[in-house]
Amino acid sequence: MRINCPFCGERGNDEFSYLGDASVVRPDPASPSAADEFYAFAYERRNVAGPMQELWYHTAGCHAWLVVTRDTRTHEIFEVKAAQDVAFGRQKTADTTP
Amino acid sequence: MFRTDHYSIFSVLAEALRGQTGWKPAWRQAAPKSGYDIVIVGGGGHGLATAYYLAKRYGTTNIAVVERGWIGSGNVGRNTTIVRSNYLLPGNIPFYETSMKLWEGLEQDLNYNAMVSQRGVLNLYHSDAQRDAYVRRGNAMRLHGIDAELLDLNAVRAMYPWLNYDNARFPIKGGLIQRRGGTVRHDAVAWGYARGADRLGVDIIENAEVTGFRIENGRIAGVETTRGFIGANKVGLSVAGSSSRLAAMAGMTLPIESHVLQAFVSEGIKPFIDGVVTFGAGHFYISQSDKGGLVFGGDIDGYNSYAQRGNLPVIEDVLEGGMALMPRIGRVRLLRSWGGLMDMSMDGSPIIDRTPIDGLYFNGGWCYGGFKATPAAGLCFAHLLARDEPHEVARGYRLDRFRTGHMIDEKGMGNQPNLH
Repeated sequence: MRINCPFCGERGNDEFSYLGDASVVRPDPASPSAADEFYAFAYERRNVAGPMQELWYHTAGCHAWLVVTRDTRTHEIFEVKAAQDVAFGRQKTADTTP
Repeated sequence: MFRTDHYSIFSVLAEALRGQTGWKPAWRQAAPKSGYDIVIVGGGGHGLATAYYLAKRYGTTNIAVVERGWIGSGNVGRNTTIVRSNYLLPGNIPFYETSMKLWEGLEQDLNYNAMVSQRGVLNLYHSDAQRDAYVRRGNAMRLHGIDAELLDLNAVRAMYPWLNYDNARFPIKGGLIQRRGGTVRHDAVAWGYARGADRLGVDIIENAEVTGFRIENGRIAGVETTRGFIGANKVGLSVAGSSSRLAAMAGMTLPIESHVLQAFVSEGIKPFIDGVVTFGAGHFYISQSDKGGLVFGGDIDGYNSYAQRGNLPVIEDVLEGGMALMPRIGRVRLLRSWGGLMDMSMDGSPIIDRTPIDGLYFNGGWCYGGFKATPAAGLCFAHLLARDEPHEVARGYRLDRFRTGHMIDEKGMGNQPNLH
């Protein structure tokens, strides 16, 4: 499995560390159901069988966090983005939502 | 007239005289009935053991085990066959020791040769700190009445004189041995439990993939399968590796990720490792099968996967561990490597519990330790299904322990499944 880092180019997966599901987002601590949301944030996982967005860290390279879209059934990688771009993209969508 | 469905020297002799014509298949090819008291989803070691103990010890025989493929096609046939009960935490020790005791009586109980071999599991230590950790683990085991013995360097040398004791970075200083640990022929475990359950009237339904659950007013009514609907008063999920996929069909999200663990076997060579040896400085464990193949493995790959195969960096890492420990295997050729799916839970420990849906029960989250747990997992899951309350030694394996803060985290890694 090789990951095409947007900063370093294509590298073997042993250069990277894995964190997990990138769709898991830290909840708002002020939310009235914060306790339940934090439980789900910390422990519940959708554990997708198929294309999944996940966080990888380029440990032996540029030290960037990446969002990798990868099929967990075949290990095929469809897309690699810098995690900060994904996060800023999310922020923008949130800002424009009424 | 000897019953040839009971295996013994007499049935072998009787069959020799009648030209081996009286042997019957070890289990029937059952067709699904319209309904059962209990349906167990997953015909692996755990599911079959559950059915067997339900029928044998809890007096329920109207049971079906539904299996997507064929018996023995899943993780029960893909592991490195090691059994042991050298755990540290109170939530785990009594459970795994229950399993160890069931292994010890398994063949007589099942009337089946599972090649249970208590050849000893030796964990090597390579530093003073690691020795202290093993002393602690050994003491925890002995306090629970389990055998554990700390070996110094000379004692290990006497057992395995050819290990690399003078590795510059990780010299071997000694080891912790559980002599009652060892290996069991994994396929025979599946076949033995299948035959045992079948003889008690359990229907084993192969090639029936569960495609959904019928839930009425918050209560389970049965399972939809590729061989039609099967009604059930109670349903037990025992599908580690695919737990999340099945749970999602019932609307549940689990504290589990699926990961891949690779295992390896070499060409057959003359016997030279008579026990199980583990390298403490990396992650490498090895035993030699009765055919002569070296059976070994290491860490999980570390990323979510349903692929049943892994990647080369972990293979390299495992083989480096092997070479650091025993350089003499360097010219042995690798015969096969493969991958199995692990239900990696958020604390590295399993779950045997009720679910929020009435009548639906869950057994999973076994990480890479499911095989050694097979008998006790079957017994405890059978107890839960029959009595609706947890077995004494499995009380800690609750589904809600992450919410209440009662994690059983042997490695102290927190909610990061790929690090357990």
